[in-house]
Amino acid sequence: MYIYDDIDQRLVDERVAQYRDQTRRFLAGELSDDEFRPLRLQNGLYIQRHAPMLRIAVPYGMLSSRQLRKLGDIAKRYDRGYGHFSTRQNLQLNWPKLEDTPDILAELATVEMHAIQTSGNCIRNITTDQFAGVAPDEVVDPRAMAEILRQWSTFHPEFALLPRKFKIAVSGTKQDRAVVQMHDIGMEFYLDAHNKLAIKVWVGGGLGRTPILGSVIREHLEWQHALTYCEAIIRTYNLYGRRDNAYKARIKILVKALGIEEFKKQVEAEWAHLKDGPNTITEAELSRVAKHFEPMPYETLPAHDSSFDSAIASNPAFAAWVKRCVHPHKTSGYRAVTLSLKKHGQAPGDATSEQMHTVADLADEYSFGELRVSHEQNLILADVKLSELFALWEKARTKGLATPNIGLLTDIICCPGGDFCSLANAKSIPIATAIQAQFDNLDYLHDIGDIEINISGCMNACGHHHIGHIGILGVDKDSAEFYQVSIGGKQGNDASIGSVIGPSFAAEEMPGVIQKLIDVYIKERTPEEHFIDTVRRIGLAPFKAHVYEKESANV
Amino acid sequence: MSNLIKGNAIATDEWTIVQLPAAKEEVRKQAGKVVLFKLTGEDLPTSEQVAITVVPASGKILVPLAVWLARKAEFTDRLNQGKIGIWLATHEPLELLATTDLNLFPVIAVYVERFPDGRIFSLGNLLRTRYGYKNELRAFGDVLRDQLFFLKRSGFDSYLIRADRSAEDALAGLRDFSEPYQGAVDNTQPVWRRYSRQAAHPQPKKVAPSHATAGDLD
Repeated sequence: MYIYDDIDQRLVDERVAQYRDQTRRFLAGELSDDEFRPLRLQNGLYIQRHAPMLRIAVPYGMLSSRQLRKLGDIAKRYDRGYGHFSTRQNLQLNWPKLEDTPDILAELATVEMHAIQTSGNCIRNITTDQFAGVAPDEVVDPRAMAEILRQWSTFHPEFALLPRKFKIAVSGTKQDRAVVQMHDIGMEFYLDAHNKLAIKVWVGGGLGRTPILGSVIREHLEWQHALTYCEAIIRTYNLYGRRDNAYKARIKILVKALGIEEFKKQVEAEWAHLKDGPNTITEAELSRVAKHFEPMPYETLPAHDSSFDSAIASNPAFAAWVKRCVHPHKTSGYRAVTLSLKKHGQAPGDATSEQMHTVADLADEYSFGELRVSHEQNLILADVKLSELFALWEKARTKGLATPNIGLLTDIICCPGGDFCSLANAKSIPIATAIQAQFDNLDYLHDIGDIEINISGCMNACGHHHIGHIGILGVDKDSAEFYQVSIGGKQGNDASIGSVIGPSFAAEEMPGVIQKLIDVYIKERTPEEHFIDTVRRIGLAPFKAHVYEKESANV
Repeated sequence: MSNLIKGNAIATDEWTIVQLPAAKEEVRKQAGKVVLFKLTGEDLPTSEQVAITVVPASGKILVPLAVWLARKAEFTDRLNQGKIGIWLATHEPLELLATTDLNLFPVIAVYVERFPDGRIFSLGNLLRTRYGYKNELRAFGDVLRDQLFFLKRSGFDSYLIRADRSAEDALAGLRDFSEPYQGAVDNTQPVWRRYSRQAAHPQPKKVAPSHATAGDLD
């Protein structure tokens, strides 16, 4: 992974000093609330329901074991002994004290970490596929470009105060796992007809109040121009995006208002001036950064391992875990492993300090000391030997990190919701745990198969509910917490935005509603058909009819 | 004491900002600018506002862009004496200046009503890089210490700090970071063109600095 040199280190150190002084001035009354707000937000600090919330950047989801231990220590020392991994692959602390945040940032800086631009109206953490560098279907490892984008976007002077937040995702695989189409800018790296690295650029996607999938602004962009092209897009947005209404301020609204053709025309006109300028990426810079992401020193291993095969055959629990939590790897004899942070009854994406230490130890022992955070809010060990999976599983299991539910109904993607977040209309974690309790039978879960449930406590959509096969959105109905249900959303190359099935439900109805949706699927599915495929084939009506059956009968 | 920072130091302010009178009513929609209105929700000065703007008879003045455009004939002599500059608000399109030789103005100022309005950065950048403006570029309005570093990097070299804040304190904001990553106006070269950074060697070696770098990075 990327290792800081003196320049990187000095920048984060100077950031700590700057933020420490800003916090001091705020506490001394020299900065007003309004003046401090954008400053603290650009350091990831929200003022929340119970306490501030601090969002720590995990650039494109990559962590070293040393960094994860530090996060565990910080959670223990400055918080309540746990943290929450978010859908932007970051880590959130729910209970830090404002006065402590400069010290937390100073601690983070000692392990090459920070909270820069994890919130606020600026370019946010760059996200990508959690299997970058190891996925068999990968065409280009996007991490070097993600790091180059990270550095370029860090304190970019022209884009320090945009109309609204700005999210960029990169991907280099055939099957998109970075949801590039729901980002302000999505970049899909590929090799063109001349075998040269090129980028397909999407713009204007996003969830929130107005969910829109991005439009392609350029089918083919040579990689050298990634930064200048982004500058042309963001400059156009910075100058012409709306600033009068925060709900209409994302780039998607501008793209929609102008139309993609007109927007593209303006961007290309701007880019004509920037193309080949100093921010054009050089071969030397790409290769310098790419050196940090070279393949691990893998051993030459056979594709099969007899001890692994016999463990699968003799141990059904291990076999179930392998089926759900172990993923293919580019290199023979290696696998990627997802450690589930979705143990039933626990807030999705939460990890205790102890679990963070355990995962760090497992990463050291089995996976070259590195790990990743997925946007589905789990942790990944990307480079585990086939022959060591069983030992890893036994250790992970004792710490509650081996729930075999990845991609299953209880692997729920969920924001912190009304328990923590002051923006939320409704709680989301209790809904997730109630659904997990309703479906707390592994055989049944495996029979239901691949399905994604996403829960957001408000339309800011941190839980990405629009792209859940089942999406749940907390709404406020006469000051009571209700939940609106949509189905048919999907991430990936054939991404779609779900449709609302009808009037919203009270919290206690939710497990029953999910049960009814699943019942229709089980009844209607063809063999090998996943929930989302059935929804796409038969449409909303049968689901709707069954879920609202009783109410209709009463009328 | 003056609340003006020029370069890296407090300086005396010789310029008077000419204010537009308050707008009376709905602004007419200028042809070709409809999209701008719709997207930003902000109006340009009316011809009536421009006509009744009172301009001091002597001294160095910064006149509103719209006033200068509509009434330039009045200012010819003073412009030749180097006593006329212009100012514009962050929503005013620079295209209005396309046919003007900007370097006739000793000062161009950009007014930022609320500091979170980051259009000022793009305007600064464009005035320097696209419009070739070389003289003093000033930010005024809600100009605060924590935005100075970005303003400097976007091509500004003078900052009229909001009256209730200390310009002396604000000077520190110009030095928040010593080695920025990306190329911008003050230093066009991104870090990878300024240094030989090698993955294997954590100590970066400085490459021969370009002229733009010298003196600007402290």
